[in-house]
Amino acid sequence: MTLHEIIQILQAEPILNGEVRDVTVQIACGSDLMSDVLSFAKPGALLLTGLTTVQVIYTAEMADIRIVCFVRGKKPQEKTVRLAAAKNMILISTFLPMFESCGRLYQRGLKGCSGI
Amino acid sequence: MNNNETSPVPTIGRAQELIYELKVEQAMTRAVVAVSPENTMDDLRNIMREKQISGTPVLEGDTLVGIVSIEDLIKSLAQGQPPAKVREKMCTNVVTLFPDEPIVFALNQFRRYRYGRFPVVDRKSKKLVGMLTKGDIVRCLLKRLETNNIQAELCQYRPGHLFEDVIADRSALTLRYQVEGGNFEHAGNGSSRLKNSLLRLGIHPEATRRITIASYEAEMNVVVFTQGGELIATIEPDRVTVNAVDEGPGIPDVDLAMQPGYSTAPDWVRELGFGAGMGLPNIKNNTDELKINSIVGEGTNLQFTVNTIRADG
Ligand SMILES: Nc1ncnc2c1ncn2[C@@H]1O[C@H](COP(=O)(O)OP(=O)(O)OP(=O)(O)O)[C@@H](O)[C@H]1O
Ligand SMILES: [Mg+2]
Repeated sequence: MTLHEIIQILQAEPILNGEVRDVTVQIACGSDLMSDVLSFAKPGALLLTGLTTVQVIYTAEMADIRIVCFVRGKKPQEKTVRLAAAKNMILISTFLPMFESCGRLYQRGLKGCSGI
Repeated sequence: MNNNETSPVPTIGRAQELIYELKVEQAMTRAVVAVSPENTMDDLRNIMREKQISGTPVLEGDTLVGIVSIEDLIKSLAQGQPPAKVREKMCTNVVTLFPDEPIVFALNQFRRYRYGRFPVVDRKSKKLVGMLTKGDIVRCLLKRLETNNIQAELCQYRPGHLFEDVIADRSALTLRYQVEGGNFEHAGNGSSRLKNSLLRLGIHPEATRRITIASYEAEMNVVVFTQGGELIATIEPDRVTVNAVDEGPGIPDVDLAMQPGYSTAPDWVRELGFGAGMGLPNIKNNTDELKINSIVGEGTNLQFTVNTIRADG
């Protein structure tokens, strides 16, 4: 699934590097718990989260995640965006809540990190 | 990504530029541990163990008269002779560097003589002003490279044999990062810098991922639960070991703390996405060895190791 498709499906707003639309992802992971992300997420996954602190970016970096989508209308803090920019990440934001964001993407064929 | 070596026009990365720009004095260690020719080899052994070094210059007053290394020590021990003085065992035709010589020259000297370290002496007075190891050079380069844009450079540096040379060296390379207790703004910065350095050193991305997931969990624990501490990464040819050391309060029951879901984190930490009690189990899952030494009221040393040799050779 391309970033472009993800943005459309979630009616998301690009926040950082959102114009790089041909980037693709095969899997996603949704969580507000950073230790969850660090133990279950696969490299290259899309991360959906309701948290907006710099820790989201550090967590994504360690887990080799490049694209983060903030759910339920959350906008990342300015220092979060700055840090993500230094790491060349992609940030988008959707007004949809976590369950609906994940549900829509899953329905359209994006897989989870369980490998099933 | 590894085709730089075969491409007709080799890319000159920033690391290569730096080895021409930087001078010996910018990379050398100034606080030099030295011995006197009158010290015994036994003194030398204690000093080496205490300071964790594998060789020292020998000074008479402030004149450099020799250099003595762990090999000299081993030889002297193997011969089983009566306690010898450093004077009898040291090497006296010392090859030195000048502070204003470029790093690229120093690297050539390392290649040429295969010594682990060179004393640096002032051009005029010939007095000892520092010591230079390959590890000092790599640390200095990594530090300079940290300030640059990361992504764009990674693929350019990896083929450079510069770093591979160094970690193939017997001596381990140590990188240290301070961790401030309670500072959420910078929590993760140490692991982030470690990650960049490991990738630049040519450590496999999969191993790097495991190492830095573990170091990040350990770093977060130091930030959340302690007054502060340090991440110390020791890089050897086949493994990376990280010590997350802090100054308290310590963990009363390590087995309990290791249980998935066990957490004493306060609510405000949970609101930031931590405190699920998954950090220590996660460190265990990502590493090949884990040791936790903790003394209540003193501090914790969490040490883990990840083997970095790839299955594909
Ligand atoms: N360096 C440390 N000093 C003191 N106590 C610690 C330290 N590291 C961990 N602990 C204790 O061990 C418990 C378990 O740690 P662990 O990292 O597994 O979970 P957590 O930090 O509470 O939550 P999570 O890591 O999921 O965010 C902590 O709640 C804390 O009580
Ligand atoms: Mg933790």
